[in-house]
Amino acid sequence: MTEEDVVAELSDGMTIGIGGWGSRRKPMSIVRAILRSGLKDLTVVAYGGPDVGMLCAAGKVRKAVYGFVSLDSIPLEPHFRNARQNGTIEAMELDEGMLQWGLRAAAMRVSFLPCRAGLGSAIMDINPGLRTVMSPYDDGEEYVAMPALGLDVALLHANRADARGDAQYLGNDWYFDDLFAMAAKRTFVSCERIVEPDGFAAEGPPSTIRVTRIFTDGVVEAPHGAHFTHCVPDYERDEAFQREYTATAKDPEAWAAFKAKYVDIPEADYRRLIGVAS
Amino acid sequence: MSAATEPTLAEVCVVACAEAWRGDGEILASPIGTIPTLGARLAAMTFEPDLVYTDGDALQLAGPIPVGAAADVPKAVEAWVPFGRMFDIVWSGRRHVMMGATQIDRFGNQNIACIGPWEKPKAQLLGVRGAPGNTVNHPTSYWVPQHTSRVFVERVDCVSGVGYDRAHAAGPSANRFHEIRVVVSNKAVLDFDSPDHSMRIRSLHPGVTVDEVIENTGFPLTVPDAVPTTRLPTAEDLQIIREVLDPDNLRNAEVPV
Repeated sequence: MTEEDVVAELSDGMTIGIGGWGSRRKPMSIVRAILRSGLKDLTVVAYGGPDVGMLCAAGKVRKAVYGFVSLDSIPLEPHFRNARQNGTIEAMELDEGMLQWGLRAAAMRVSFLPCRAGLGSAIMDINPGLRTVMSPYDDGEEYVAMPALGLDVALLHANRADARGDAQYLGNDWYFDDLFAMAAKRTFVSCERIVEPDGFAAEGPPSTIRVTRIFTDGVVEAPHGAHFTHCVPDYERDEAFQREYTATAKDPEAWAAFKAKYVDIPEADYRRLIGVAS
Repeated sequence: MSAATEPTLAEVCVVACAEAWRGDGEILASPIGTIPTLGARLAAMTFEPDLVYTDGDALQLAGPIPVGAAADVPKAVEAWVPFGRMFDIVWSGRRHVMMGATQIDRFGNQNIACIGPWEKPKAQLLGVRGAPGNTVNHPTSYWVPQHTSRVFVERVDCVSGVGYDRAHAAGPSANRFHEIRVVVSNKAVLDFDSPDHSMRIRSLHPGVTVDEVIENTGFPLTVPDAVPTTRLPTAEDLQIIREVLDPDNLRNAEVPV
């Protein structure tokens, strides 16, 4: 598949989960393709980084569901901040652990999972739909009933994948990509390089193949597809580019110029612009 | 002590943060920020040898590395702690986190989420991140590099970390594992060791007066009859901080001399 093929599978109003974490291993080439499309009114579920920020900046987001939205080395995602401060998006803010629990519930096809996280905090006030549940056992416990966060589609970026959708993660953390895939009706994986199924072994042990094709529906070969977020060990975050991106939140013209230069172009041109074209 | 070994304020704060983990034993210390990170690693290297710490990412370390070390600095890795496992550890209770606080109130409710109404904030900050889950699952401490009445406020805008009054009001399940251990600032160490779990001055950093702390705190504090001075770094503490853990002196960027 290409990024454009993935976008063709999406439609207005969908709930889309995005793997990775902050400014780490985000499927940015697919995000850029969404920005180029006419898609709108998306609900985005993520441990957010520039994926959420760019989708907000481009007006694609109706609602964001997140544990946080951060660029890591730049703690506050500037376009997400604008969206929140201008009130242009609806938000469901969750404790980081609660978000994985909601994905887990969806993956298990149960309507909620109990947890202690959230009790006593503003989470219960700012999410008026959240309920608690009494333990049915004789212990007097009352927990947050974290509702399932079912996704229409999950988008992931892996280091390697085979053409059938098994995905390999060579860094020290695969974050919650497997949960996003299992919580979604359909999952599309971009990867640095497509390998033959017998090619995984040369890259890393079987324990690095974290997502199975049981839970995926299509693969895009996208070298440097996570740029400017990091995709270790293939490449580190492009901090200079991230600063350039961050500066575009100050005025709409700067963002429009950034979008024209880096987003509204074919991916091959993008790779040439960032100096990684082969 | 000679002038060369006189501790800086940053070094006093590192030791005050280290003391937060005293007695914790074999649990995960999760410090956020330079001074707390130095504190956790110092505690593990001196009086709390079983304490567990990471590189700030997915690797649990068998030996210390300097703060701000490059990603490829050699590390002795004793375990693997990706974020999924980190949440498991949070919910197991075998962790003591030290977070920052944009605002903190008299009962230890902390805000890192936003300033102004959450629905349309004046300033969107970090969001609640892991604070709600941390505070009801295991001990939590806070580090405030600038002790002012803008941080120590009567009422926080968005309760991210849960304080004693709200944990109590939310019921036994919120209360069961809730503990705010200490708040370390650039002026003092504060705790909640008072009858109603409101904030109390535990110790003052050298040269700081009770009045100075009260003036810079936006709510009434409990003040014991005699307030001790915060424990000063030993010669060994200073050697470890200066030569092993922070040779590039990043600590003074967080707490200017």
